[in-house]
Amino acid sequence: MFAYYLRLAWLSIRQSYGLSLLMVLAIGLGIGAAMTTVTVNYLMSANPIPTKSEQLFYVQLDNWDPHEPANDNGDPPDQLTYRDSTALWAANKAFRQVVQAQMTAVLEPEGKDSLPFQVSGRANSADFFAMFEVPFLFGGSWDRSADESMQQVVVLSQSLNDRLFGGRDSVGEKVKLAGDYYQVVGVIANWQPRPRFYDITTGAFNEVEEVFVPFSLISQQKISRNGNTNCWKPSGEGYEAFLNSECVWTQFWVELRNEQEKQDYLTFLNAYVSEQKKLGRFERPVNNRLSDVMQWMENQQVVAQDASLMMVMSLMFLLVCLLNTIGLLLAKFLSKAPQIGLRQALGASRQDLFTQYLTEAGCIGIAGGLLGLVFAWLGLQGVQALYGDEMKGLAELDLAMVGLAMLLALVSSLLAGLYPTWRACTVQPSQQLKSQ
Amino acid sequence: MFELGPIFRALLRQKVGAILIALQIALTLSIMVNAIFMMQQRSSQMARPSGLDEANLFYLSNTVFGQNYNHEAALADDLRLIRGIPGVVNATQINAIPLSGGGWSMGLQHKAGEGENSIGVAVYMVDDHGINTLGLELIAGENFQLTDIEWRPATSVSWPARAIVSQAMAESLYPGAYQSALGKTVYINQNEAVQISGIVKTLQAPWNGWDGVERSMLVPFQMETRNSRYIIRTEPGRRDELMPIIEKALAESDKNRIIRNVTSLEDTREDSYRSHNALNKILLLVIVILTLITAFGIVGLAMFSINRRRRQIGTRRALGATQLQVMRYFMLENFLISTLGVVIGAIAAVGLNIWLVSKFELAPLEPQLLVVGVLALYLVGQLAVFYPARKAAAISPATATRSV
Repeated sequence: MFAYYLRLAWLSIRQSYGLSLLMVLAIGLGIGAAMTTVTVNYLMSANPIPTKSEQLFYVQLDNWDPHEPANDNGDPPDQLTYRDSTALWAANKAFRQVVQAQMTAVLEPEGKDSLPFQVSGRANSADFFAMFEVPFLFGGSWDRSADESMQQVVVLSQSLNDRLFGGRDSVGEKVKLAGDYYQVVGVIANWQPRPRFYDITTGAFNEVEEVFVPFSLISQQKISRNGNTNCWKPSGEGYEAFLNSECVWTQFWVELRNEQEKQDYLTFLNAYVSEQKKLGRFERPVNNRLSDVMQWMENQQVVAQDASLMMVMSLMFLLVCLLNTIGLLLAKFLSKAPQIGLRQALGASRQDLFTQYLTEAGCIGIAGGLLGLVFAWLGLQGVQALYGDEMKGLAELDLAMVGLAMLLALVSSLLAGLYPTWRACTVQPSQQLKSQ
Repeated sequence: MFELGPIFRALLRQKVGAILIALQIALTLSIMVNAIFMMQQRSSQMARPSGLDEANLFYLSNTVFGQNYNHEAALADDLRLIRGIPGVVNATQINAIPLSGGGWSMGLQHKAGEGENSIGVAVYMVDDHGINTLGLELIAGENFQLTDIEWRPATSVSWPARAIVSQAMAESLYPGAYQSALGKTVYINQNEAVQISGIVKTLQAPWNGWDGVERSMLVPFQMETRNSRYIIRTEPGRRDELMPIIEKALAESDKNRIIRNVTSLEDTREDSYRSHNALNKILLLVIVILTLITAFGIVGLAMFSINRRRRQIGTRRALGATQLQVMRYFMLENFLISTLGVVIGAIAAVGLNIWLVSKFELAPLEPQLLVVGVLALYLVGQLAVFYPARKAAAISPATATRSV
């Protein structure tokens, strides 16, 4: 029976191909626009580390100006001071903890012909790799003692290892970084969490760094940091004074495996801040925060406003396309009134008719959905071309999105088909037959 | 008056089709008006001048990796080298590039001390060639003298005694009388005195989304840093030719550093407003497609309702209605439907705007735009219904006498 309805639908679509084409086009455009923006939003808000996003916490403390909050909404500053984050790291109270900052250095390759070049880097303590599940190609992380004794060790990215060592196992080799020799202890395999959640402050969609070195080297001024720095009061003359200042420029993550550990850590943080208050610091009310990965991404508005704005607009656009389809389907089905009357007189039940016309609506929906996929693909290409690197990796259709697009197309066309179908089924056969 | 009564009664018998069209028009109007408004806002942001001679400026990064490096001597050599190249108007070391998104901000306050109200300002560190290099217009006071320029060691936190501010910054400090800022002493870093020795007309901060983007200041500093930037102004039309020449000359003059990121200011502007530009193009496309879809929807439904009423139209023609009157009937019918649509749409547009303002950082809608949107949609409706109406007018009176 269903095959018969499909044939009828095909005949009817062919019979008024202009109208049908218009409907398919409208649904296609609506679905295409909606899927383009939904995909971008979906990828922007994706969970970058689903296995433990609820066990990783970003730490915030409020050391800000007693006269003025760091953020208008009362949130503590986005980063920590050097003295606080290193003190928390030294306390070692969490299951794992990492103190980190962004850095940059010039790398001088061996060999006379090779020119020195700039690499992006991260200064972090050892737990970084285990906490964020960084995959290693060769070797592994340095350990906590390397941080404590300020060893000059380095972990390279795969691409940098390819460039410097032709992709071979370089563990044990030396590289000259910022004028000093560093021993390679590990090479990480291709790794690009999107969003790059571990450092949202310097850019949630930036590339993962090329070199990683122990954070403690920063205190020796061996490496130059280049992330964001915010100060609310003068820091005083000299590097030592800067490290001890109230300027925030370091980030601190902890891994806490359960609620109990989380509560214990909050208690520890509160105790730490009360201790600091006795030293005349932390003059604002206690405002310690532990945010897990998804909370932190939301707090930092990782999903760009423009992206959600576009999604709102595109969903409204889809609504217009659907209204359009309802109107056109209505016109089409009602023009079939004589035929419907005839079929009813010949014994078709209302349910038969209902199924038949809904089948037709569904066919149009699926055709629209397929066209919509093409438009979505074009749309994402367009977005990528318009935004450039900013959207790299954020404008790709995956299977889940393709499925969603088809589902959305089918459901919305069936919904759009409901009213016109119902109207078509309520045609009075006697009236229609009379006028023939 | 015309046939408004009959049209209205006929519409009531075909409510759903009319309501669907009206809703489509309403949604189209509310999206259209808000989208155009967003485009206008972004375009006006993009149109703000930076105050710089953008067409003839470019900059580069100078990253030093050699040890025991004499930064002060190297900077003097570099600047002498660049300024001596034919076609170069001027050059200076600078800490941040306008429009680039990365820079340095401080607060200026009228009284020294903690807790005093301070006004945020972008800081540009330049030497006495700064104003000429950037192409700024000095409207009061005077440029830095060679003797004003201080050498700033990497870890220094002190500030020089003089500064030049933008007119907008002067206005923020002395509302209504920016000229009076000249010669006044303000405090930077809470308690260091700085005298305002000049005012430039326009100089934007590096962050185009900052609400204080017009507030900036120049301070006479040359910096000791392993990562410095030189900004260079060329004679008109010679920028692209000189960019590689200067890059090569600098790279070859000193092997202890890397020259990179040689970028023109025009590219920086494009990069800076890339998302603005992209969103505007997308919104424009949305508006065009939306209008087309609505228009085709109107055409489709009008054709349908005319086909249903062929006999009725034929009868009217047979009873003496002219072609023009038949056309007028359908145009007026569309006008009535559009009216319902734009009334709902205008309310929805304002509602949508209120919601957008509360949810995103947007300004409230300007009412003129709503009027323009309403007129535009009336026009779209009339244009869309014109072809079906002409078809209707062409129905022969003889149709009345034929049975279907």
